Amino acid sequence: MITLTNNILTVEQLKKYFFTYQGIVKAVDRISFSVEEGETFGLVGESGSGKSTVAYTVVGMYRPTEGKIVYRGKDISQESKKRPHTLKKEIQIAFQDPGTSLNPAMNIKQILELPLKVHNISKNHKDCIDKIKELLKMVQLPVSYMYKYPSMIGGGEKQMVAIARALATNPSFVLLDEPTSALDVSVQAKIINMLIRFQKEFSLSYLFITHDLSLMRNVASRVAIMYLGKICEIAPTSEFFKNPLHPYTQMLLSSISVISDEEEALKPRKIISTGEIPSPVNVPPGCSFHLRCPKKMDICSQEDPVMVEVSKEHTVRCHLYTK
Amino acid sequence: MNFMPNPLLEIKDLHVWFKVFEGILKVLDGVNFTVQPGEKVGLVGEMGCGKTTTMKAIMRLLPMPPAIIPKGEILFKGKDILKMGQVKLRQIRKKEISMIFQDPTAALNPVFTVGTQLQDAVRFAEKSGKNTEKEDIRTRAIQVLKEVSLPDPERVLQNYPIQLSGGMRQRVCISMALVSTNELLIADEPGTSLDVTIKDQILRLLKELGEKRDTSIILISHALGAVRGMTDRLYVMYAGSMVEVAKTKDLFAHPLHPYSQGLLAATPRLTGGGIGEGIDGRIPEYINPPKGCRFHPRCKDAMPVCKDKKPPFFKVDENHEVACFLFQNCR
Amino acid sequence: MQKDSSRQEGLSRKWEDIRRSWYKFSRNPLSIMGLVVICIIMFLAIFAPFVSPYPESASKFINFYEASQPPSSTYLCGTDVFGRDILTRIFFGCRFSLMMGATVLALIVPVGVALGLIAGYYRGSWLDTVIMRITDIFIALPPLILALAVCSVLTPGIFHAMLAISVAWWPWYTRMVYGIASSLKGEFFVQAAEVTGASRTHILFREILSNCVAPIFTKMSLDMGWVILIGASLSFVGLGAQPPTADLGSMVADGSKYLPDQWWISVFPAFAIMLIVLGFNLLGDGVRDALGAERG
Repeated sequence: MITLTNNILTVEQLKKYFFTYQGIVKAVDRISFSVEEGETFGLVGESGSGKSTVAYTVVGMYRPTEGKIVYRGKDISQESKKRPHTLKKEIQIAFQDPGTSLNPAMNIKQILELPLKVHNISKNHKDCIDKIKELLKMVQLPVSYMYKYPSMIGGGEKQMVAIARALATNPSFVLLDEPTSALDVSVQAKIINMLIRFQKEFSLSYLFITHDLSLMRNVASRVAIMYLGKICEIAPTSEFFKNPLHPYTQMLLSSISVISDEEEALKPRKIISTGEIPSPVNVPPGCSFHLRCPKKMDICSQEDPVMVEVSKEHTVRCHLYTK
Repeated sequence: MNFMPNPLLEIKDLHVWFKVFEGILKVLDGVNFTVQPGEKVGLVGEMGCGKTTTMKAIMRLLPMPPAIIPKGEILFKGKDILKMGQVKLRQIRKKEISMIFQDPTAALNPVFTVGTQLQDAVRFAEKSGKNTEKEDIRTRAIQVLKEVSLPDPERVLQNYPIQLSGGMRQRVCISMALVSTNELLIADEPGTSLDVTIKDQILRLLKELGEKRDTSIILISHALGAVRGMTDRLYVMYAGSMVEVAKTKDLFAHPLHPYSQGLLAATPRLTGGGIGEGIDGRIPEYINPPKGCRFHPRCKDAMPVCKDKKPPFFKVDENHEVACFLFQNCR
Repeated sequence: MQKDSSRQEGLSRKWEDIRRSWYKFSRNPLSIMGLVVICIIMFLAIFAPFVSPYPESASKFINFYEASQPPSSTYLCGTDVFGRDILTRIFFGCRFSLMMGATVLALIVPVGVALGLIAGYYRGSWLDTVIMRITDIFIALPPLILALAVCSVLTPGIFHAMLAISVAWWPWYTRMVYGIASSLKGEFFVQAAEVTGASRTHILFREILSNCVAPIFTKMSLDMGWVILIGASLSFVGLGAQPPTADLGSMVADGSKYLPDQWWISVFPAFAIMLIVLGFNLLGDGVRDALGAERG
């Protein structure tokens, strides 16, 4: 059967469990979603939700415990060392903390040189230097930064170097794991605008991970929200914010800090956040959210709900909607 | 810049410099800041603007060899903290001002139980010659844990900080700050290292406690959203001095300083509409800060006078002042 | 043109780094003292044949007329029972000690560091277990005892002494680098390199090793003193350099028979050993401050 989808990445029933002394950490527990060519797919969640683990598994840092990852029709569900070399050019990642994603003992030139050398993108030394200068210009950093060390530049600039490094190999799919969480608002705006521009210019597809819903609203075309390793809801962005169905989505939306009254009016009124986030080692039985859920029913503590499609492209995993 | 006589805390023209290998970092460049009794004041500024340095200067926590304070006064209830002796200073730290730090994990000692640390705080606060009984101390500790809505306080007392979640650790830090009757509570980015839902709970807790006890609170944040529902008045800080102060609602509705406007424009909104452009340039180097207004290299409306003189506060409205020459006709 | 300007930029940054390290180093007067002491000793060692008053004393030489002279203006440290000038022999002894220390370090550092990098990066695997358990065995034995044991099996001599010290000292580098490598393995910049497809060699010897350089250099500066001390101890018991080679340890041993009357034969060489070890220790502390190495 030939599926005529435009999906660059599909994740099917992905599981990633970590086996530790305290028990099994079900970091990612049966996730399925797909990303279309050229779109920005947003993944939202708090700590313990597993969103970063999803990214790391897709990029190959972890081996999936179960499930499939399909990239442009090919099954790539392995660790990066087992993946074909050319694939590593196409899927890149920019990490959350710019402080640790750049080697403190290497200068910017050496950091940017690595992907170019590994994939033989530049033919000789001069070509390499030219390409590095081009990359720096692209992220609006002065060329003189080439010989600086990461400790000499600010957090925002470090992140720009990390993004330049990710784009050095001309990838098609870029995972952005909270790229601006550690940064100030004004720097964040600059980087996000830059990322949006690159997406158009280089036809990139993004998997954008963040806990900041206001940011997500302006960046993603579709949003998925995760809690304790499972996806609770997936919807197109405007639908997600206008009509949040899952109680956790409503709780998260009601907790964010906004800066204007119009935004305040958009926030769900009735649900206030309570309780602590349980650790992924002790996942409650039934629906993992039932201990904090204000709309809990009896069935919630016994059975785990399945994803159902409530309206076009809007799917929820909640007993309130499985009728 | 007094709205009412007898402010609780008044910082006048504070300068703080740091001596380093490359020279002298002129971080704080004439900070003016007031807090009235019972008032909740917000302080917003991006990383590196000097907010934590200012707060540490109030508590006299700055390491004095690299730090130099060439000018300025910090008046608490009329007396200059910078000139106080050790005894009076300790008195103030015990009973009158306390601070909640940004990272609750780093603020708690990992090798002592919460109970030990909290009871130490109680003991230091009450120490006025009275021989406080162990039982009394424990009761007070449990009482204060209940005030911060920690479930099962007896169990929490026996736990080590590592066994608690981030939100619970932050609540413990808040309870330690509340132990003595405080006049002023300084909260340095209290929810920043926590998850969104937990951060919301902590901010609501602080608001409740502030209202109940009538304590003055200084709430520091680098994000505008966090201070919005929580404060009466708001200061905006840039590169070592205050650039704008107003009632919170006024500042959000009508930001006047180009920096405040830039910040608001750059903050992503839930209503959509894309993200603003951000502010060109970066925070200036304190080794060689720009002359005149420190924001002028990044300001679209910079005028020749901005490069020469540092703008003082101009009173645009009752309770709304801006440090910008665009408004020099207002005073 | 353009390439030159960026190279120049790179060089000027390096110069800036060196100046900054020097600033940190020079803040502690003891480090400066250590540096001065070591510089003097190195100068004397290198130019020993030219600056020593009686260069013949360094090898086979007998002059019974001047034997066992106490320190005087002609013989600043006196002479030994064969009439050889002790000061000269100390200079040559320093040269010997420094050479031995440098050779030992040149042998053990590459081996120890490489093993530590591999074991740390493959932490948890059988490779890690094998390497680290062997390392643990060698660490458990006191270095001097181990060196003595190795030496006594082989014929006494300089090279065997150096070999013995190498066998005793290499595991400390492995352990130190193992700690750093295994903690860096999980850092994002290493993961980023792996994800891009960098080779294992690059990750071990560029990404991780570049972060170990500061602790390694610090340890090397401190170790020079210790290695020299162990070498002197081996010579003291006769297992190192053989007569008539001028070696500080054997000089102390030879002179011990004549204590306390002809005290200068032992005391001055012993004092020289102390000065070398102290100098390297102070220098090593300074290097640690300058390079900012907190680990190791």
